Amino acid sequence: MTVEAPTGPATLGQSRRGRWGAGSILPVVAILVLLLIAVGIRQPDFYDPPALLAFLKRSAPLIILAAGQYFVIVAGDFDLSVGSLVTAEVVIAARLIDGDPSATWPVVALVLAFGLLVGLVNGLVTTLLLVPSFITTLGMYLILVGAVYTWTGGSPRGALSEEFRMLGRRGIEGVPWLGEIPYAVLILLVLAGLAILAMRSDFGKVLLAVGDNPRAARLAGGRVAGVRTIAFVVSGGCAAVAAILLGGFGGVSFQVGAGLEFTAITAVVLGGVVLGGGRGSVVGAMLGALTLQTLLTLLNLLGVAGALASAVQGLIILAAVAIGGLRART
Amino acid sequence: MHGVGKSFYGVSVLSNVDIDVHPGEVHAVVGENGAGKSTLMKIASGVYQPDSGTLRIAGESVVLHNPRDAQAAGVGIIHQEFNLLPERTVAENVFLGREPTRRGLVDRRAMRARTAELLTAVGAETVRPTDRVGALGVAQQQVVEIVKALSLDARVLIMDEPTAALADHEVELLYALVRRLQARGIGILYVSHRLAEVFDLSSRITVLKDGRRVVTVDTADATPEALVRHMVGRELASYYPPKADAPGTALVTLAGAGNGRLRPIDLELRAGEVLGVGGLQGSGRSALARALFGVEGFTAGRMTLDGRPVRPRSPRQAVRAGIAYVTEDRKGEGLALSQSVLDNALLASRAATPRWFGGGARTTSVRDLLAAVEVHAAGADQEVRYLSGGNQQKVVLARWLAMKPRVLLFDEPTRGIDVGAKAAIHELIRDLADQGAAVLMISSELPELLGMSDRIVVMRDGALAGELPGDASEEAVLSLATGTPHEVPA
Repeated sequence: MTVEAPTGPATLGQSRRGRWGAGSILPVVAILVLLLIAVGIRQPDFYDPPALLAFLKRSAPLIILAAGQYFVIVAGDFDLSVGSLVTAEVVIAARLIDGDPSATWPVVALVLAFGLLVGLVNGLVTTLLLVPSFITTLGMYLILVGAVYTWTGGSPRGALSEEFRMLGRRGIEGVPWLGEIPYAVLILLVLAGLAILAMRSDFGKVLLAVGDNPRAARLAGGRVAGVRTIAFVVSGGCAAVAAILLGGFGGVSFQVGAGLEFTAITAVVLGGVVLGGGRGSVVGAMLGALTLQTLLTLLNLLGVAGALASAVQGLIILAAVAIGGLRART
Repeated sequence: MHGVGKSFYGVSVLSNVDIDVHPGEVHAVVGENGAGKSTLMKIASGVYQPDSGTLRIAGESVVLHNPRDAQAAGVGIIHQEFNLLPERTVAENVFLGREPTRRGLVDRRAMRARTAELLTAVGAETVRPTDRVGALGVAQQQVVEIVKALSLDARVLIMDEPTAALADHEVELLYALVRRLQARGIGILYVSHRLAEVFDLSSRITVLKDGRRVVTVDTADATPEALVRHMVGRELASYYPPKADAPGTALVTLAGAGNGRLRPIDLELRAGEVLGVGGLQGSGRSALARALFGVEGFTAGRMTLDGRPVRPRSPRQAVRAGIAYVTEDRKGEGLALSQSVLDNALLASRAATPRWFGGGARTTSVRDLLAAVEVHAAGADQEVRYLSGGNQQKVVLARWLAMKPRVLLFDEPTRGIDVGAKAAIHELIRDLADQGAAVLMISSELPELLGMSDRIVVMRDGALAGELPGDASEEAVLSLATGTPHEVPA
């Protein structure tokens, strides 16, 4: 008997990773549907359009942060600085505006620019100085926290103008049936659309390849350092937008961004994106954020203490990564 | 062993091999690197399980699931790399994991006595059971390995390149030991590429080539020349596509070009020509291709492309200048394995010449290219990791064809690829040259190098050792590569 090498391995299709495999969005969609049903049972008026839009408005910052974090994670990196960046942005905005409405738009522009700049620094330190992004962004996290505390002397000063807070709080009013369309939801839709387009573009495909195998991407003529740096800039920009929205929701405090980097990473992983890069979609990451927000809402409705929510998050990230690893193996 | 076959990831490395060993016989197995010797030995010692064929020991059919099964069945193996604990004594090593016990305690005295007995049996009284293994010489450590195998009542002993690590005077001791083992009725499978010792020791010789048994001969009837002919073999050479009629004009020229790993090199790559690059591993062949492609670029000398000076400082610049590079490490740096066939084929287009619009037409043309090079996949959206080596290489080729490169650098283009796909890739390479591209092809496989190249340069120690015509002999390439005139290629 002779063993011949298969020449036309069309049969290898069997080993093709299924639609439920690592990187797929179907699992998160399934979880989201289940959670939405559960919330609906607990609180039937959840599905009234205004209530649903209000829920989306609350979810918008996390979804935007998750989209930004996705770009970094799928390229094989982490961005741990986004939580403290959000805090820093809100605190800076409050101090610079100090209740003066005329300062609103210049400060919004400044907040966006600062977010992009922090992302650029993260990216350049990671790619040019070859510092692992885990360390780069952890360092940036501490720098931002320390700098903001020092600058404000320990407690936030100043106040955001009503115009600034409008972006996170208000919306287009008087829309028939829907009621009010929050600006936050509009901003979210625009950014989500841009993120999806970016991932369908050549840039997005190269970003995936970089996360999968940076050496192959380089040998194919890709600018690996450039692409990774852009991912950090996107993440910083998203954090800035999230900060603007969150500043509108709540008050000015050092707590506004606390832990958000971890929540965003949990959301991304829940969305089926594989840590280490190269697999998963930005839609999955954003759905992951929505799912996490729905879960937190449900826990709230069930009267679970807020403190437990972080434990649940921890469990989710461990489970999602472990299950992702198992799925990747089969 | 009868009709033994084995393939890895769809690449057949051993097919339909028969081999037998009689008690008290030394049966030598010879062949070039990659001929399948190691795989055959690993099957015989239970490391691998054959896909086909049977093993019989003393007439009984056996299935060896693991090396432990092989030991129990009386098959011992002496690897090139020893498997000993240097801080333990000889006796402790011999009985590692199965120490004789008395009342629950290790019976050191019995262990030493038994070891001494075996050492005497093989005529190695100079080694004492109480010696620390780390203090022994290489030859003596080998003796310990052999004694270890004998203590397991081995009836068949596989010796894989046993003289590779030995000094000349130690080889004589090994010969004596092998003859003693023979006298004890142990059958020995002796793997070596040193023909001299094969003729000294063996009674029969089996030649493997490309995973097949070419011939088994009685040593008395064989000559070294005939064996070399069998080992090198030329059956496949006729499958190479016809060579270029006339060399074209110089497309790439190097004048004194070098870097940290390459001494100054003068070289021409001509349009329409396949330039073969031979040489040993580490001779600078890959460094040359990588320098041309800007991975680790030239730091000295001049490089021109089409008469204009260029010096790619990154692969991106090289790609944009019309150069393509097919790496020897397909999985490590050629493919993004979790991405689809289509995305991998589009990678160079997207990475080196990104666009915001008009991607659709490019996608269509790359799909056509994938079909043209006959990639067999479940679909263009299948993850490329599930393709066979040959199909993966075709995906890489399609990626570069999409860039319409004028210079193509191939580093071991058919490594790990089965014979059928190999011929297809050879034809694609020749087509590219016929269409006017300048092709540089690095190959360790001499038949491929000679069969494909219109002209050959051989590298040694980071420099060009010499240039040969496309119809040169393997001996000529080898002697340039090793720097020793006329050596038997083995």
